Amino acid sequence: MTRSLTLRAAVVSILIFATFMVAWHLATRGTGAVAQMDPEYAKLMGATATQGKSAMPGPLDVGGKLWEHLKRPFYDNGPNDKGLGIQLAFSIARVTGGYLLAVLFAIPIGFLIGMSPLMNKALDPFIQVLKPISPLAWMPLALYTIKDSSLSSIFVIFICSLWPMMINTAFGVASVRREWLNVAKTLEVGTFRRAFTIILPAAAPTILTGMRISIGIAWLVIVAAEMLVGGTGIGYFVWNEWNNLSIVNVINAILLIGVVGMLLDLILARLTRLVTFPE
Amino acid sequence: MANKFISIEGIAKRFPAAGGGITTVFEDLWLPMQRGDFTCIIGHSGCGKTTVLNILAGLDEPSTGTVIVDNQAIEGPSLDRAVIFQTHALLPWRSVMGNVAYAVSSKWRKWKTPRVRERAQKFIDLVGLTGAEGKRPAELSGGMKQRVGIARALSIEPKIMLMDEPFSALDALTRGTLQDEVRRICQETGQTVFMITHDVDEAIYLADRIVLMTNGPGAVLAEVVENPLPKERVRTEVHKHPLYYPVRNHIIDFLISRSKTFVHETRGTYDPRNIAVVRPGAAPTVATETNVLRLGQVQGHAATH
Repeated sequence: MTRSLTLRAAVVSILIFATFMVAWHLATRGTGAVAQMDPEYAKLMGATATQGKSAMPGPLDVGGKLWEHLKRPFYDNGPNDKGLGIQLAFSIARVTGGYLLAVLFAIPIGFLIGMSPLMNKALDPFIQVLKPISPLAWMPLALYTIKDSSLSSIFVIFICSLWPMMINTAFGVASVRREWLNVAKTLEVGTFRRAFTIILPAAAPTILTGMRISIGIAWLVIVAAEMLVGGTGIGYFVWNEWNNLSIVNVINAILLIGVVGMLLDLILARLTRLVTFPE
Repeated sequence: MANKFISIEGIAKRFPAAGGGITTVFEDLWLPMQRGDFTCIIGHSGCGKTTVLNILAGLDEPSTGTVIVDNQAIEGPSLDRAVIFQTHALLPWRSVMGNVAYAVSSKWRKWKTPRVRERAQKFIDLVGLTGAEGKRPAELSGGMKQRVGIARALSIEPKIMLMDEPFSALDALTRGTLQDEVRRICQETGQTVFMITHDVDEAIYLADRIVLMTNGPGAVLAEVVENPLPKERVRTEVHKHPLYYPVRNHIIDFLISRSKTFVHETRGTYDPRNIAVVRPGAAPTVATETNVLRLGQVQGHAATH
C-alpha cells in the first residue's frame, strides 16, 4: 500500500514536472516582432531585438548551461568567473562557520534560560528585542567593527541562527518531564551530571528542531548577505550574473540554492531522528 | 514505640488558596514505622497521600513538621529512599539495562562499567526481565516497565522503598503477578516499604499495617489498621481467611462513610500523636453480642492457622 502510494506520488510528481517543462518550453519558444534596423546597429543589439527571440531562456538553454556547470564545477578564471562548485563551497563554509559559532553560544545560553527562571525573566526583554531584527540590518555594524566582508557575513549567519536554537533549547530544557528530574533527585545526581544525563537527552529532540530551523534561516540569509558584500559565494554569483544579464545562470543558481538548502535540511532531519526517542 | 525507624512528626501541607486565605491539604500527621514494616496508606483522592510520600522521598517539603529516618531529619532526596513512581518514570532514551545501570552508577560513582552492569543484571534477573535488557521502555508493556522501576529502586539497596500506586496502571492479571513478586522480594530483603494504594485488596495482601486517611482538605490520619492475617499469605487463598472480610469491610466502611465524618465525630477526643490502632476481628470497636460471638469463633479459627 505504502509502496504503491510512493509510486503513484512519483508518477504525479513527474507529470507535474513534465507539464511545467513543456509549458516553459512553449512559452519561451515563440518569436516576436523583429524591428528593421541598420546592420551595424543590429550587431550591438541582442537576439531579442534582431531575431525576435524570447528574452527569457527556455528549459533547454538552462539545462545545457547546467550541464556545463556540473561538468566543470571548480574552475577559477579570476574574481568574476569561478565555477559554481567553488561559489557554493564559499557559501556553505560561511554558513557552517556562523552556524557552529551560534551552536556554541545558543545551547549553553538556552540551557541557562531553561534551567533558571530568573535568567529566563532577566534575558527575555533582550531576546524579544533582538530576535525580530533582520540579520542584514547588522551588516553595516559588522562591516564597521569587523572590517572584513567575509567575516561580517559569517557574523550575520551567526546572529540569525542564534535565536531559534536558543529559544528551542530553553523551551526543551524547561519542559523536561518533572518525573525524570525527580528520578535524578532521588538518585542524588549532581547538577552537572543531571544536565548531561537527563536534561540533554530529554531536550535533544527539541534542540535539534531549533537547529533545523536555524540552518534553514542561515541558508536563506547567506544569499542576501553575499549579494550585499560581494566577492565570492552563491549569493554574489546570482547578483553578478544579473549584472551580466545572464538569466540562464541566475536560474541555474536558484536551482542549486534550492538543492543545497534541501540537503542541509536533510542532514539535520537525520540528526534529529538519531536523538528522538519513542515514548 | 521505642524502635521507630521512620517517624513522621507533625507534618502539615498548606498553600495559599485561589481567593486569598490558606488551603490546608493535611494537618498534623504523626506516624511511626518500624524497620521491615510494610505500610500501606489508603484514602480518597485529594487527601494528600502523594504529598506525604513526596515529603518522605524528599521531593517535597512540609509546611510544618519534620520526618525522621534512622534518627536523622530528612533534608531532600536521598539514595537511602528509593521511589517507585506511578508512571514508571523510566528514561525513554535508555534501555532496560541503561535505566537500572543509571541508578547503580549514581549510588556507586566510582564503579567501573562491568561491575555496574553486573549488579544491574542481578536486579533485572530478580524482577524476571532477563533477556529484555536491550529493550527501550517504549517496547515494554506496562507491567514490564514497572518491573524495571522496581529493579531500579531495589538495585541501590535503599533503606526504604516508597511506592506511589505502583500497580494502578496495570491490568488485573499483571497486577497480581507483580504484587506477588514485590511481596516476595520485600520479604526476602526485609525491605521497609511505604506504599500508596487505592486498592483495598492489594493493601490487605501486601501490608502489615494499613493507615487510613480522612478526606482532604484538612485531612488527618484516622487510624492504623493492623493486618490480622498471618505473614505467610497465598494470593489464591488469602480471601478465604476468616479474618479477611472483617478487615476488608472495616476499611471499606471507612472509605465509604467514616472518611468524611471522622474529623467531625472525633472532635475533642482526637489525638493526632496517638492514633487508634485497630485490629479488625480481634478487638471490635462496637461490641454487640452477636458480633462478639462471631468474632470469637473467627479468632478460634485464626489460632489454628
